[in-house]
Amino acid sequence: MRKLFAGLLLLAMAVPALGAGLAVSNAWIRLLPGDLPLAGYLHLVNTSGHDLTLVSADSPDFNQVMFHRSMRRDGMDQMIHLDRITLPKGGELTFAPGGYHLMLMGRRHPLARGQHVKITLHFQDGGAQTVEFVVRGASEA
Amino acid sequence: MKRTLALFALLALLSLAGCGHSSRPWGLPDITGHMPDLKFTLTDDNGQQVNQAAFAGKVDLLYFGYTHCPDVCPTTLADLGKVLRQLGPAAAQVRVLFVSVDPARDTPAVLKSYVNAFGPWFVGLSGSQAQLQALTKRYRVAYRLGKPDAQGNYTVYHSSAVFIFDRQGKARLLTDLDDKPDVIATDLKRLLQE
Repeated sequence: MRKLFAGLLLLAMAVPALGAGLAVSNAWIRLLPGDLPLAGYLHLVNTSGHDLTLVSADSPDFNQVMFHRSMRRDGMDQMIHLDRITLPKGGELTFAPGGYHLMLMGRRHPLARGQHVKITLHFQDGGAQTVEFVVRGASEA
Repeated sequence: MKRTLALFALLALLSLAGCGHSSRPWGLPDITGHMPDLKFTLTDDNGQQVNQAAFAGKVDLLYFGYTHCPDVCPTTLADLGKVLRQLGPAAAQVRVLFVSVDPARDTPAVLKSYVNAFGPWFVGLSGSQAQLQALTKRYRVAYRLGKPDAQGNYTVYHSSAVFIFDRQGKARLLTDLDDKPDVIATDLKRLLQE
């Protein structure tokens, strides 16, 4: 019985690792009016025990989700599109204003402050993880 | 001739002593005397042609961006909104002029709903390429539209600078996203008291 319990516990602990193995916090979206593209932010820690490479993302609420990074050079701001982002084993990555962000295009329905939006991150190894983002007002955070 | 030189020296000394601008350092970079006065002709977010006179007597903040910019532009405007909320009722004496360098997508109606999302102190402006080039050249900043993708979406390269003008329309300070809201608020309060 005890052995079975230990076995079940081990299985339960192993389940998150069967997903992508990411610890996610502070996931939010800055709301802008109309159908303007939005930015999504979050903090990721790779707890999977191996390197993870983000290759795509999608959401039932948007037509397109892309990885972008804002870069400043010589006092000029620009956004660059990233095809993939690698998180080394045990590494952290912060998507935050003025840097990495998820570019969310084409809202499938109107969004409101306080609403929750699900975005699924897909990895090169076939794994995926769905993250819940909270929608914040334009001038919040 | 000698007397003229002496007079110039005296005037220079007097202006240094009496000016007061340089007596106490500002928290933000001081651009007093290095940039021209606020001057433009653009279309506002009500579709009206306006110039700097519409904002005279206020402390004006000038920032170049575009609304299809989901990260840096709204973050900059949200930060400026935070600063203005710190000022309390004095914020009514401040205007943030958000000049879109992407007039093809940023119609007055789009601009209006965009700036209204950040607070009552924000004004959306744009204009013809000639008007935008005149203004960006005046403040030695550049902008450039990126190549459209398959869906016709494009990004815009734009300046990160926010130029701050005093109530007389003189260029005084410079800021960007990297400055702390407290530092900007302190300098704005001081400018408002002049």
